[in-house]
Amino acid sequence: MDLSQINPILLLASLMVAATPILLAAIGEAVVEKAGVLNLGVEGMMITGAVVGFAITVNTDAPVLGFVCAAIAGAALSMLFGILTQYLLSNQVATGLGLTLFGLGVSSLIGKPYEGMKVTTLSKFEVPLLSDIPVIGPILFKHDPMVYVSILIIAATWYVLTHTRAGLILRGVGENHDAAHALGYKVIRVRLMAIAFGGACAGLGGAYISLVRVPQWVDGMTAGAGWIALAIVVFASWRPWRVLLGAYLFGGITVLQLNLQAAGVPVPVEVLASSPYIITILVLVAISMKGSHGAPGALGKIFHATH
Amino acid sequence: MRALKSLLTGAALVAGLAGAAQAEDKTKVGFIFVGPVGDGGWTYEHNQGRLAVEEAFGDKVETIYQESVPEGADAERAITQMALAGANLIFTTSFGYMDPTINVAAKFPNVKFEHATGYKTAPNVSNYSARFYEGRAVQGHIAGKMTKSNTIGYIASFPIPEVIRGINSAYIHAKKVNPDVQFKIIWAYTWFDPTKEADAAKALIEQGADVILQHTDSTAPQAAAKEAGNVITFGQASDMSEYAPFPRVSSIIDDWGPYYVDRTKAVMDGTWESVATWHGIGDGMVGIGEISDAVPADVKAEAEALRDALGDGSYHAFTGPLNKQDGSAWLAEGESADDGTLAGMNFYVEGIDSEIPSN
Repeated sequence: MDLSQINPILLLASLMVAATPILLAAIGEAVVEKAGVLNLGVEGMMITGAVVGFAITVNTDAPVLGFVCAAIAGAALSMLFGILTQYLLSNQVATGLGLTLFGLGVSSLIGKPYEGMKVTTLSKFEVPLLSDIPVIGPILFKHDPMVYVSILIIAATWYVLTHTRAGLILRGVGENHDAAHALGYKVIRVRLMAIAFGGACAGLGGAYISLVRVPQWVDGMTAGAGWIALAIVVFASWRPWRVLLGAYLFGGITVLQLNLQAAGVPVPVEVLASSPYIITILVLVAISMKGSHGAPGALGKIFHATH
Repeated sequence: MRALKSLLTGAALVAGLAGAAQAEDKTKVGFIFVGPVGDGGWTYEHNQGRLAVEEAFGDKVETIYQESVPEGADAERAITQMALAGANLIFTTSFGYMDPTINVAAKFPNVKFEHATGYKTAPNVSNYSARFYEGRAVQGHIAGKMTKSNTIGYIASFPIPEVIRGINSAYIHAKKVNPDVQFKIIWAYTWFDPTKEADAAKALIEQGADVILQHTDSTAPQAAAKEAGNVITFGQASDMSEYAPFPRVSSIIDDWGPYYVDRTKAVMDGTWESVATWHGIGDGMVGIGEISDAVPADVKAEAEALRDALGDGSYHAFTGPLNKQDGSAWLAEGESADDGTLAGMNFYVEGIDSEIPSN
């Protein structure tokens, strides 16, 4: 065992990269659920974002455009879910699962010509002056722009949800849609906007995998990241900063256990390999035992009012 | 009018029956895949084998497949569905499908099953595998010669004999040409997860590995090595030539096509029997991908000579003297490992500083 081979600076920097796709998808889903909608199609939207972002970047050599198109693709796919669940009143769980299957299938179809292709990835952005600070600089200020964008999205989401009228309305719709409707708020419109935001974030998360983290297109490459994002939302009790904490904790443990394995620590490998999931489950259990875990009151319930 | 109606009804019935008979004449061959067919590795090559069956028999066969089937209870459901869908022959292409295949086969005695990389058979179940460890020997030789840091990273999937054989074979042949070499092993506990595979590769590279070997199915470790810039890799299961000539300097290529064609033909002509097949370089089931010019000419020549010796049987990848990890004697000078020991291999050879996880 040689722990000196693990560079803590590189480890912490890797943690941020590993957490970013889950973070983006989870914050989007947190907003969707705050509005009272349960969308289990995160995986499908992520992988659609991954393939669209990759395809656009391959064809244009512009990763920023790739990310923009990935967000649009994720939002467009989420609108399919939105129309089915909000207007046609289909079951949210079944529709979300269907969306995941649809996303996996359509991404496979779109992605076929792009297998094995190289892509222009986002170059690292070193924040002037700050990146030169010893230790902290390489950990926090030498990342690709999407790492910073993901943190900005968290901050903006927190601010909107807690400090603005729009956020109050969204939370009101999620807590009691009948009361919100009685007060004259357009429940379906609010929910559709939240769903679109969630889809866009999931698309960005998927594109981050195919354009930065791996970077290539491989069929099925999200490999369950969307499901982890869903767990992180519950883990975070639907609070934006806790989403950040949850994603970084999961990403951190994932990267750490790989490094510990490579360093040969005398801990059973099966314990290390399962640790990200075990710790997530333990936290979820702890949250459940507390009782008031902050789930929106109308989460997953169908809104029946006529419009 | 009524006569015309009867005539048309009769014609439709005859046409329908003829169509059904024609469909019944077709041999239906099913494939259960552990990853997506576009994984660029293991499942991609099995799917190439499926396409070879279609090409060989044309209209006489119909192939069906299901991809990304998890190992375990889901596999049993998927295999059962395939049997119920009328498949005459089903290939289940991952180790974890072994017990589900045996269980389903017992319920469908008229359907023939072929399970990849396992060790169980039944009257209607064959198993087949390739001697991937022969390819690992060649990779180990190149890796041992080319590493500058003397640290070789190995991304392993699950602690099953097939994977352990590969690690041992690569290590033996790297150590043979470079006594200072050490292996760092990460168990990913997945066959296919590009992000985890990329993270594993990065962790190994950050800890000084300048050669990465993988027993996982995506090309993500190749991409991670390319990004690092000074790390060599080897294609796994498929050529992964899009990363040649560097970082990918060679590969193990699984060629399932001839076997799949042969076994389908056996079902079609009624000669199918339950057998256990384990072919290697000599039989063409294991191919060594082109060794790129990034490998020095002398190392390339040595690797090709090793490949040929493994292929013609003049050399065995597990030839003594070899000890087990705990220092106990395993193979004496000149002694080769028997297939039984290799098939159930659950130990590392001496020198590997790591522990095998319990499965």
